[in-house]
Amino acid sequence: MNSSLFFGITTLAYLFASVFYIALFVFKNRKIGPVGTALTILGTLTLTIAIGFRWYESYQIGIGHAPLTNMYESLVFFAWCIGLFYLFMEYKYKNKVIGAFVLPFAFAAMAYASFAKGINQEISPLVPALQSNWLIAHVVTCFIGYGAFAMAAGLGIMYLLKKSAVDKKLPANTLLGSLPDLRFIDDMTYKTIVFGFLWLSAGIITGAIWANEAWGTYWSWDPKETWSIITWFIYALTLHARFTRGWGGTRIAWLAIIGFASVIFTYFGVNFVLSGLHSYGSN
Amino acid sequence: MTTQKKNPFWALFSSVKLALFLLFILAATSIIGTVVQQNKPPQFYVEVYGPNLARLMQTLSIPDMYNSWWFMILLALFSLNLIVCSLERIPNAWRLVTMDNLATAPERLQKMGMRKAVPVQGTVSESVEKTASFLADKGWKTDRRDLENGTLLFSQKGGWTRFGVYVVHSSILIILLGAIIGSPRLANSLLGNPLFAFKGGVNIPETQQTDVIYSFLTQKPLPLGFTVRCDSFDIHYYPNGMVKDYVSILTVLENGQEVLTKKVVVNEPLIYNGITFYQSSYQPYQDFILTVKSEETGLTTTDLVPYAKQVTWKEGGARFGIINMERRGEAVSRFKIWFTDDQGEPAKFWLQPGRKAVIERPSGTYTLSAKQLYATGLQVAKDPGVWWVYIGCGLMLVGLVIAFFMSHRKIWALIREEDGKVTVLFAGSANKNKLGFEKTFTDLVEGME
Repeated sequence: MNSSLFFGITTLAYLFASVFYIALFVFKNRKIGPVGTALTILGTLTLTIAIGFRWYESYQIGIGHAPLTNMYESLVFFAWCIGLFYLFMEYKYKNKVIGAFVLPFAFAAMAYASFAKGINQEISPLVPALQSNWLIAHVVTCFIGYGAFAMAAGLGIMYLLKKSAVDKKLPANTLLGSLPDLRFIDDMTYKTIVFGFLWLSAGIITGAIWANEAWGTYWSWDPKETWSIITWFIYALTLHARFTRGWGGTRIAWLAIIGFASVIFTYFGVNFVLSGLHSYGSN
Repeated sequence: MTTQKKNPFWALFSSVKLALFLLFILAATSIIGTVVQQNKPPQFYVEVYGPNLARLMQTLSIPDMYNSWWFMILLALFSLNLIVCSLERIPNAWRLVTMDNLATAPERLQKMGMRKAVPVQGTVSESVEKTASFLADKGWKTDRRDLENGTLLFSQKGGWTRFGVYVVHSSILIILLGAIIGSPRLANSLLGNPLFAFKGGVNIPETQQTDVIYSFLTQKPLPLGFTVRCDSFDIHYYPNGMVKDYVSILTVLENGQEVLTKKVVVNEPLIYNGITFYQSSYQPYQDFILTVKSEETGLTTTDLVPYAKQVTWKEGGARFGIINMERRGEAVSRFKIWFTDDQGEPAKFWLQPGRKAVIERPSGTYTLSAKQLYATGLQVAKDPGVWWVYIGCGLMLVGLVIAFFMSHRKIWALIREEDGKVTVLFAGSANKNKLGFEKTFTDLVEGME
């Protein structure tokens, strides 16, 4: 028995949770909802075990370090953040339909980590640059933020769908008409972005301090840093537009989606398209 | 009100529209430098983009865009916008925090979104005392004022949180200030003192020392004011061949006296006199450091031995050299030593770096060890602005928490008698998280009932 078994279970659990949440959305059969929730809880629990197990395994082979050091481990942690954050939101707002728009992100992260070419799943020792206490602080803060932004993008998509239903005056018993109230989605999107923004800021700051410890410069405009600040600008713009200019609804929904696209580019695009100091994240 | 005398400049820079525009422009232009590789030699841009486009890029300082005049202007406009916007709004926030809430008209309380009238027993004055002590128990210390037909109690929390957003705004300015203070360019051009803030590098071969480093900006030597010696440099590997550590042992000397010795690895720099030395690279040489010890006499020698050069050790009566080597990358994985005491056939044998060899010779027993000579590559920085940046970062996080998650909450309780019945009208307001406060408010009022 090893951690990969648990990673596998999680991938399946998130897949079926997505399926059940989407089924809940499509068929509006309320009995299906709890199954989705149970699967998400199961997936998140096994993922917690899997991450802990992988951590333990790294010590077993004598190169002990937190499992947050390459693309595979970060994807898995990303999925974990999405799962955990979604469960919290579902518990707090008692709404399961959102799962249909969020859990697919968690599944996608797990599936990509497990099946994509060029993703190295082996536990490898830390290169000198990564041997720092800032590693955990930096990765954890960034990915809590990313998890929240994934959720916000899901909510943004949901808002646009519901908006089209409202515009077409679709009745509440149709697929799109049954989505939660526009104001509710809008409020959740905004709150989620606020939460993500705080963590993104913390992630950029911990990264800057770490860079200063390792290289003697807290900001060098390498592509990863630059894209993280671009993402920060986009969300800062979103929050100001909302706070002071009263933007809401469709515009904020689009900004949540654009912001997440920028997150994804910061995360993957920079590693695969551009080059820079964060190159160890690329395999 | 401060709205009368607005000149166009002030009006422009106090607008949030400008802030949104600048945030958008900063985000959009920042992309350029992630697509076009930065700080390459001019020829690179000609080869990649053709002569015409390359010329245009040079004119717009695209190859070094984050230090270009126009990017600096954008950042300056952004800062100015931030300052003016904040100055414009702080007086209003101050007014909201210090306003006399006991002057709130009863009619307004009756229209508030959060309100609840509770009938009570007893006289008005009894109810005032009861309500005040009840609220105080729950952590809401009240002020009171007698009105025509009753008494108004008021309590508030978190008024100061209205300034959270300005903490965030000032934190950004403090970070930018720190960046200005620590800028090698400004130290060089504006202060005329490149030693105030610099980034540079130096390669120090093992056993050698230096009292200057070389500025990245000007390529000129900068005197450190003290001496740094590289005692040794080593690369450690994991069993799978990956690099585990680059380790330099550095010693600081003042006037020839050793002051401090420190092991420097990536992520653990040496800091001395405000100057920080980071492990950043290394350079291998085709020279070796060879140590020979005669077990008979106890004599020891450590020599710098160039590849394929013979070294004579007079005191020990021996000659030696390195006659062959094998490499792994640039690092030598083993080398062949040639050794003679001029009695019989010379000894020839392979040795790995860091290992010891004991050889028996007619003249006695010798212990040999050798390693490849490296120069450690250090990045050296002095950044007097970094603490400003860190303070700014800390303030930003604190400010964000205040601005987003803490709110200014107010509770009024109007106790009055109407038609012989005494009622307490509770009213509440919060500038953020209204739902959360509504729950607190409802719990509070239910406790009173």
